[in-house]
Amino acid sequence: MKLTVDGVAHEVDVEDDMPLLWVLRDELKLTGVKYGCGIAQCGACTVHLDGAAVRSCQIAAGDAEGAEVLTITGLGQPNALHAVQAAWVEHQVAQCGYCQSGQIMQAAALLENDSEPTDEVIDIVMSGNLCRCGTYPRIRAAIHTAAAKMKEA
Amino acid sequence: MGRLKTLTRRAFLVGTAAVAGGVAFGVYTVRRPHENPLLGDLEPGQAALTPYVRIDGDGVTLITPRADKGQGAYHVQAVLLAEELDLDLAEVRVDPGPPSAAYWNTALAPEAAEFTIPAQGMMRDMVEGGLGAVMKVMGMQITGGSTTVADQFDKLRAAAASARETLKLAAADQTGVAVSDIRTENGAVILPDGRAIAYGDLAGAVAGMDVVQDVPLRAPAQWRYIGKPMQRIDMLGKCTGTLDYGIDLDVPGMLQATVVLNPAQGGALNRFDATEAEKMRGVKAVLPVTGGFAVVADNTWRAFQAAQMVVPDWGDTSNMPATMEGHWQALSDAFTDDQQDSRQRDDGDVDSALSGGKIIEAEYRAPYLAHAPLEPISAIVRVDDTTAEVWTGTQIPRFVQTNVARIAGIEADAVTLHVQMMGGSFGHRLEDEVVKQATEIAVQLKGVPIKLTYAREEDMTHDFPRQIAMARLRGKVTNGQVEAMDLSIACPSVIVSQMGRQGISMPGPDSQIVAGAWNAPFAIPHHRVTGYRAAPLAPISSWRSVGASHAGFFQNAALDELIFAAGADPLEERLRLVHDDLAQKVLEAVADMSSWDGPLGNGRGRGVALTTSFGVPCAEVIEVSQTEAGLKLDKVWVAAEVGRVVDPVNFENLVQGGVIFALGHAMNCEITYADGIAEQSNYHAYEGMRLYQCPDIMVRGLENGDQVRGIGEPPVPPAAAALAGAIFAATGTRLREMPFNKFVDFA
Ligand code: FES
Ligand code: FES
Repeated sequence: MKLTVDGVAHEVDVEDDMPLLWVLRDELKLTGVKYGCGIAQCGACTVHLDGAAVRSCQIAAGDAEGAEVLTITGLGQPNALHAVQAAWVEHQVAQCGYCQSGQIMQAAALLENDSEPTDEVIDIVMSGNLCRCGTYPRIRAAIHTAAAKMKEA
Repeated sequence: MGRLKTLTRRAFLVGTAAVAGGVAFGVYTVRRPHENPLLGDLEPGQAALTPYVRIDGDGVTLITPRADKGQGAYHVQAVLLAEELDLDLAEVRVDPGPPSAAYWNTALAPEAAEFTIPAQGMMRDMVEGGLGAVMKVMGMQITGGSTTVADQFDKLRAAAASARETLKLAAADQTGVAVSDIRTENGAVILPDGRAIAYGDLAGAVAGMDVVQDVPLRAPAQWRYIGKPMQRIDMLGKCTGTLDYGIDLDVPGMLQATVVLNPAQGGALNRFDATEAEKMRGVKAVLPVTGGFAVVADNTWRAFQAAQMVVPDWGDTSNMPATMEGHWQALSDAFTDDQQDSRQRDDGDVDSALSGGKIIEAEYRAPYLAHAPLEPISAIVRVDDTTAEVWTGTQIPRFVQTNVARIAGIEADAVTLHVQMMGGSFGHRLEDEVVKQATEIAVQLKGVPIKLTYAREEDMTHDFPRQIAMARLRGKVTNGQVEAMDLSIACPSVIVSQMGRQGISMPGPDSQIVAGAWNAPFAIPHHRVTGYRAAPLAPISSWRSVGASHAGFFQNAALDELIFAAGADPLEERLRLVHDDLAQKVLEAVADMSSWDGPLGNGRGRGVALTTSFGVPCAEVIEVSQTEAGLKLDKVWVAAEVGRVVDPVNFENLVQGGVIFALGHAMNCEITYADGIAEQSNYHAYEGMRLYQCPDIMVRGLENGDQVRGIGEPPVPPAAAALAGAIFAATGTRLREMPFNKFVDFA
């Protein structure tokens, strides 16, 4: 089947029902996408599917065919950061960092839909993304910073 | 190829070893009172310099055995190195030890010594009768993260300073310029005419020189990095998905595996039928491992799927009590003279003080808790006839090496270990079951690197959780003051359980049963803390802050009841009772930060707690309010005394994270067992804290003490009690058992 990930077309030979997460990680070696729970409870596997934040552990590969998949490594690169990533670096959000790919992808999708999210909106949208290290105060602050930056731009 | 300098009676000295293409500098610690335990086994060419600094054509690399589980251990060490060696922080590379045995000899690493040498030395100390020594030993064995800064603050700077001065000397020799005219900057020696010689270009010359010893360390006023906000060296990688964790590693020819273990903790497997599983796409093998089976496939998900299709016949199950009532009963039964483990606090005359008058009594409970770091545990192991190679995130490299060697039937030094970045640990990676199982698989598939990834469900249900614990208070108040406090705490020994899995027996009292309670810095006239050791129940392991995670709650919650009975203010009475200067200052700090001024009223409440753990007094004030949706956590103020804050931003992040970790579990989490089977299998049943429940958390690091301390664990112990105090103030409901959501609703 054909998958477009981070702007690159791939041909993969997998079962239709293999979760997109495992196609990305094990077949395409895109390990910026993380496995945390496999049951839509942690958000570590969050990617964009045609611009919407989804849990890639819940998307069957067959359903991603023909869609544009964006992962953390496609969102921005160390020398060309996305505004959300830049805000994350500025606020020194990460501890172990394992949740942060998913947090950043979720936050980037949030800001696409709501350029000035309130704390209440942030609470609702970001609460599906678990951070076991407890970086929540910095996540909140970084989203506000990213929102301000994106408005300027 | 290397050589070690003569040892003196100094606390530590700097040695060098020539390494391929350069030179290594490292600190050699002389452990007292034990004479250097490592030297006897040193072969020529082996240098016990860990962590050490390698300088070669590629620049400066810190080789460290200290695991980074997310707390910024690599970063903090890089800061200490950059400070004295005049490096740009961004240019420092950190390597947990490249594959060559010459670089990574765990048998000689201080990390290994912390586990093995003291364990032997402990027997001696025990015989000599020093409980203090035992505690010191245990502290070293189990603290992991909080020891990094404390341990390295002087050592790494000393190594870097010696390296700097030796490099200058080498440059002076080469150029004929007086060493006093030479300075260093940005990874290079600078000559008076402005010419720069990169450190790497001097490495060859330095390798043959005597090291300049006893270089005075720079004064705080000269520091460029320490104490200043800076960017963590792993931040960019972690925000761009470009940093690999152990679970992300790809070794050529590797196969993916997963295991399913007897659902009952510690249970056995009789046999399994893999007929259906073996027919599934991508499945390479279904193999037995201790207590279960493994599926090996070409894709992790395929291994997960096929594992569901294997039909196991489980054998003997766990011998823990069938119900949680049974577990609690075992603790309740442990409060006997026979099972008394320690009485490290016995001030005044508790028995007479409590022989009459109104006695306040209460009982407290702390449940089992999973570690559940977000990265499920994994390990890659390749075994052949004489060697093995291991890639995994671990805090116990020496045990890993030994266990892999034993299972593979090879020599320990034929095991090469590549320590990987960890997506959290909280103590989880002080265990190595995953490596042992990966080795069992790899032995059956020789030559093939096997990556074993636990499904979250296996990770959570087969975790060795935080100990279950119970406490009983008897106390008395007089004239508006706390007069007597008799606190008894019972739990199984976490150290015995944990070390037992490594074949090490731990005689003597377990100070973790009462950690944070026996040493509570309060001068209560009649004050006794007694530890009782319950029989082993579920196998347990160190969980962030270890014993203080339950005892800090018990001590503060019990003190709160007495203070309430005395009609006193929780913060003022603690301030009146506190007898330790540093602890007093952290209490004063949270009083100031929160503008503490008695009850708030209107459905709002504040609580306060103070626990000294890992040498760090940490006080917290928490404010909650009642809302229609339930109790809302509004604000937390934290102050901790750490001697020196190396990186204020990382410090704040770690403290906030510690508070959130503690509160999330105190509010929402427990692991319960039915017939030995953990009933919580994934985050839906074990949520911790999510963002919507997270309060604002204000942090202050105090630097009054002269000991530099780590901050990974100390913010955990006071949090639950401060929250319980706040809930009592807001609602009148006294919470004596975690998780609190069994008794109150949170918004
Ligand atoms: S792995 Fe997909 S939500 Fe946790
Ligand atoms: S930073 Fe570790 S889980 Fe979020």
